[in-house]
Amino acid sequence: MSSTNPNSNLSIAPSQVSRGRYAWERAIQVVLLACACVSVLTTIGIVVVLVFEAFGFFQEVSVWSFLTGTEWRPRDGEYGILPLFCGTLLVTAAAAAVAIPLGLGTAIYLSEYATPVVREIIKPVLEVLAGIPSVVYGFLAVILVSPLIRQWFPWADATNALSAGIVVGIMVLPLVVSLSEDVLRSVPRSLREGAYALGATKFDVVVRVVVPAALSGIMASFLLAISRAIGETMAVTLAAGLMPRLTLNPFSEVQTMTAYIVETSKGDTEQGSAQYMGIFAVALALFVITMLLNLLSQWILSRMREKYE
Amino acid sequence: MNSFRDYMNSPEAERFGRRGQWLSKVFSFACAAATVTCVLMLLVLVGAVLWQGLGRIDWQFVTGLNEGSKWDKTGVFVELMGSLWLIGLTAIIAVPLGVGAALYLEEYAPPSRWRTIVQINIANLAGVPSIVYGILGLALFVRFMLMGRSVIAGALTLSLVVLPIVILAAQEALRAVPGSIRQASYALGATRWQTTWHQVLPAALPGIMTGVILAISRALGEAAPLVAVGGVGYASAAPEGLLDVFSAMPLRIFFWAQLPNEEAHQLAAAAIIVLLAVLVLMNVGAVWVRYRSSKQIKW
Repeated sequence: MSSTNPNSNLSIAPSQVSRGRYAWERAIQVVLLACACVSVLTTIGIVVVLVFEAFGFFQEVSVWSFLTGTEWRPRDGEYGILPLFCGTLLVTAAAAAVAIPLGLGTAIYLSEYATPVVREIIKPVLEVLAGIPSVVYGFLAVILVSPLIRQWFPWADATNALSAGIVVGIMVLPLVVSLSEDVLRSVPRSLREGAYALGATKFDVVVRVVVPAALSGIMASFLLAISRAIGETMAVTLAAGLMPRLTLNPFSEVQTMTAYIVETSKGDTEQGSAQYMGIFAVALALFVITMLLNLLSQWILSRMREKYE
Repeated sequence: MNSFRDYMNSPEAERFGRRGQWLSKVFSFACAAATVTCVLMLLVLVGAVLWQGLGRIDWQFVTGLNEGSKWDKTGVFVELMGSLWLIGLTAIIAVPLGVGAALYLEEYAPPSRWRTIVQINIANLAGVPSIVYGILGLALFVRFMLMGRSVIAGALTLSLVVLPIVILAAQEALRAVPGSIRQASYALGATRWQTTWHQVLPAALPGIMTGVILAISRALGEAAPLVAVGGVGYASAAPEGLLDVFSAMPLRIFFWAQLPNEEAHQLAAAAIIVLLAVLVLMNVGAVWVRYRSSKQIKW
């Protein structure tokens, strides 16, 4: 029995000591396994809780009217998720418009142009941007970004999707930069040198060789950033507003899925009511969307790694 | 026919080459501009907070209690204590669990389908929006386990949020320990746990500590899950036990930022400065720990 355990071969203590130690070793292993299981149980817990409560919700509201309804007015019993989804989409699109060009440009600069010293200075600075709490970004949207937007576009609402999108874009920027820079740097040097040998300029090498070679990894970083933007809560609650509205106008007040969850769970919503269970239905939709994006980007990244490592 | 040389000497080729160089220059300039924009944005954001809040911050603000709408007297002591309770409890819960899970995955689990599943699951949990954890905490800890809207329910929820961060950082630190150290320990007759406890863990400690501080910083700034499990924007006293009602710095900032008046915004900015100061202190601590231990370990 014990000879199947690799550790027993290594132990030179007398057998009785080693039997006690063997039990101790087994116990430790079980404890560590239990620690690892907590993460699996968390996922199961999330799925069970969300599905269970959402099931109760869908007893009262049909899945079809939840997914296709154009009115979200829980007080009147109208539960169509499209306005919330639309709010999330607007904010995420604005965030992507900020984070993707700036992030990719910075990543290309850091990986292809910057000297090592500059890189060592810029990277920690961007880490700081990633470490600022989300509620701080929300505050800045309220006092800084939104007033600026209203100065240029006076018809914008006091809280609007655009200001939320801009700060969320800044928030996810470091994610795009660090992941894209990693994949750009993992492109083999031989590809670059081959292109230079054919007489290519630096621009040709970067845009026609390095970026295409790293494209799938760059896409994965965009997907992760978008998933983060969709799940972003406090900044969006403060900056985008609390009015569910089916619109594509970035200057209007909207409510995102996350903002609805926060606003409703904040008050003392009665347990078992459709309003209470509605949070779980929205959270389930949020969980499914972000998980699919995360899985997709991880799959792309792991394929990329196989290709070059 | 020297068609290639002819071409290279032609004005057309020169124009083409110049265009290429010009494009190359514009492109490198655009990329550098993007980088400068990122750094500038950070400066503008921090500058805006300092400009709004610095005038409002003093010792009384840090140590004062809530004074309701008396804007010039109110302080954030209760919230600061609430945040310290939360991150303390979160560290006690999440660090042993996270390091244990990392040890299992790196030192114990043989490569198998089960290990791959756990690994993918952890990477996925790291990407789950924190508000979803808040909803889990609301249903599981607050309602099902009857903890109510208490500081322990908040800390348990935050632990779940930061657990993937601790695990991933600890795994990376463990992977960086050279295999020769383990083999030398086994060769001297040590068991797997003796090797792990006396050799691998001490060697990986600086990396693990960095990850832990990163996770605690995240827990300190999180507001969304706390709102869901019932942290209040306005508590009258700091928690004295695990089941007490709590508030936290980010919740108070959220509360003030939602108010329309200028005084509330100044208070929010001042509270943000206090929060950022704590974050900076913790990260300086992390750098110091890493610097000190990097001098001690020599392979």
